[in-house]
Amino acid sequence: MPADGALGRAWVYLATSPLLWLTATLVAYQAATWLWGRCRMNPLLNPVLVAVILLVGLLRLTGTDYRTYFDGAQFVHFLLGPATVALAVPLYRQIQAVRRSALAIGIALLVGSFTAAASAMAIAWLLGASHDIVLSLAPKSVTTPIAMGIAEAIGGIPSLTVAMVMLTGITGAVCGPALLGLLKIKDPRAQGLALGVAAHGIGTARALQESEQAGAFASLAMGLNGFATAVALPLTLRWLLGI
Amino acid sequence: MLVYITVLLVCQLAGEVTAHLLGLPVPGPVIGMVLLFVALVIKGGVPPAMEQVCRSFLTNLSLLFVPAAVGVSVHFALLAREWLPITAAVLISTLATIAITGLVMVGLTKGHDK
Repeated sequence: MPADGALGRAWVYLATSPLLWLTATLVAYQAATWLWGRCRMNPLLNPVLVAVILLVGLLRLTGTDYRTYFDGAQFVHFLLGPATVALAVPLYRQIQAVRRSALAIGIALLVGSFTAAASAMAIAWLLGASHDIVLSLAPKSVTTPIAMGIAEAIGGIPSLTVAMVMLTGITGAVCGPALLGLLKIKDPRAQGLALGVAAHGIGTARALQESEQAGAFASLAMGLNGFATAVALPLTLRWLLGI
Repeated sequence: MLVYITVLLVCQLAGEVTAHLLGLPVPGPVIGMVLLFVALVIKGGVPPAMEQVCRSFLTNLSLLFVPAAVGVSVHFALLAREWLPITAAVLISTLATIAITGLVMVGLTKGHDK
């Protein structure tokens, strides 16, 4: 960006204010949502994916670093906290359904948690990934704040883990519903659990678009998976690797 | 309206404090979700205005992940260097987890209830 002339001065001003990147985030997301609607909700045009591509392109184009971007966009990021709390409402409305299938939920959850961590580590290790990558991939299906804590506990790189968590969430949201359709899994409880365990909050957001019941089961799965992985993964790795 | 936005933030704050005091490995907002859930069970219902506030948060939940997801760009160099194991691990593991969790849940609940 040239720093001379009126446009340059305006740019210098805007680059230091949260307004620009906050607005850019909302505009990119709305453009992505519009495109998604226009293309009959084609899963490859998932709004999170498209918005991220648009914004990364814009950051590259303007030579803006992620720090500067996040200073503006953090207002949106902050709302994740109260939004997570708000997931209690759909969960409360499904309390009967959860109670009825509590045992099945518990078993499916543990199987899913184990698959998520073990298969990611095994595949990366077999394909020759470095130690850092293998450890940073382990908590990839866990919601971001828990995943960062786990990465720290097992010797991975927390910021790299965030990248893995995001890639996983987007993958789950893009491919998950189609895969569930392919497997003829129509029960919203199973759909929600699967998306929540594998793809945390982004999967939960996707499940909420399917139905409230799927969303409630996804948020339950996200919370329990985070808890189970946080407790079990560091202990298991310490036992296996002696670290 | 404002009352319930406050309630959400108070739950999150209480969750944050609980997590720190007890040294729990669970993030504050998740504990906040549990606290609100317990409060709703005790109250025995969701007030309509709260319903509205929560709905407006949750209908745009995907948007809230965008700023963190843009952070993937910070690690492009590393991701590009080890793209094969990372892509394979993320893709196969995520699909396997979805398939296995879904199938186990369907298998365990089939015939019990509808």
